[in-house]
Amino acid sequence: MTRRAILPALALASAIFFAPDAARAVLPQEMLPDPALEARARDLSREIRCQVCQNQSIDDSNAPLAADLRRLVRERLVAGDSDREVFDFLVRRYGDYVLLRPPMRPGTWPLWFGPGALLILGAAGVVVYFRRRRRALSPAPAALNPEEQRRVAHLLNDRPEA
Amino acid sequence: MRRLFFLLPLIAFVAVAGYFAVGLTRDPSKLPSVLIDRPIPEFKLPAVAGTNVPGLSSETIRGRIALVNVFASWCVPCRIEHPILLRLASEKRVAIFGINYKDWHEDAAAWLGELGNPYEAIGYDDTGRVGIEWGVYGVPETFLIDRDGRIRFKHIGPITPQLLNETILPAIAALQK
Repeated sequence: MTRRAILPALALASAIFFAPDAARAVLPQEMLPDPALEARARDLSREIRCQVCQNQSIDDSNAPLAADLRRLVRERLVAGDSDREVFDFLVRRYGDYVLLRPPMRPGTWPLWFGPGALLILGAAGVVVYFRRRRRALSPAPAALNPEEQRRVAHLLNDRPEA
Repeated sequence: MRRLFFLLPLIAFVAVAGYFAVGLTRDPSKLPSVLIDRPIPEFKLPAVAGTNVPGLSSETIRGRIALVNVFASWCVPCRIEHPILLRLASEKRVAIFGINYKDWHEDAAAWLGELGNPYEAIGYDDTGRVGIEWGVYGVPETFLIDRDGRIRFKHIGPITPQLLNETILPAIAALQK
């Protein structure tokens, strides 16, 4: 490769690498002709968990089931489903687990609010601890009584006789 | 009372550790089915060509206590559970239906010819679309259906003798009462 070709090649490589919405596992033949609908399908796919490789979305996963689900999402969209209806369709078959973002309802409150609640609890504990410690340290010690003052004076003046 | 306050972190630790200990004993790849106690999905599938076994639809299953087994010729664990299905079929305790998942006609027919056919009817699901209706995500999967056409139990992975004796047979017996 000549030196002149290197720069364009690098530019192309980085353009591909940093492309904001590079198609990942989605195959060209899966895509819808309508770009708006396809964009919606991509957005939905990123929210749907592949049951086979469980920490990937169906947009990411190369598993055959993920491909089937991508096709299914597009089918539903073409049939005129709303985003909500597509999610509901999948949840009826695969449960909430199919959603990468768990739904908000009383059963999932610990999941959503647990970490924040623990943080607040811990912070409150730390505040209480330091407040108490300061209170324990801060009051000035009681003044010395005459007997103690005499002893201090005595000790300070009393040079050892050596 | 104040003293006990110092035990609080220990109690919290034990609670969290207990939670995780239980979590470690569970297999995260096995997901609970949301279809339990729900009616079976509506579907109609053609037969596997090259066999004399009829195709499968929800109508075929309804009204009988049945096992619906999702299998494929390319699925290795399916071979492991196959003898158990054959034995169960010969004992005629329960109707056994198959869904042939994402397979080829010739391969499925050859597989059944080689290993024997425990199924009364087999639906050929080449696209896996009916599999999705059943919430299938890994073969083999086995569903137990009651007389009202409701899914009562689902197992993912091959049926082991232990699972058969300790879970599936008692569940069938309970449904037959």
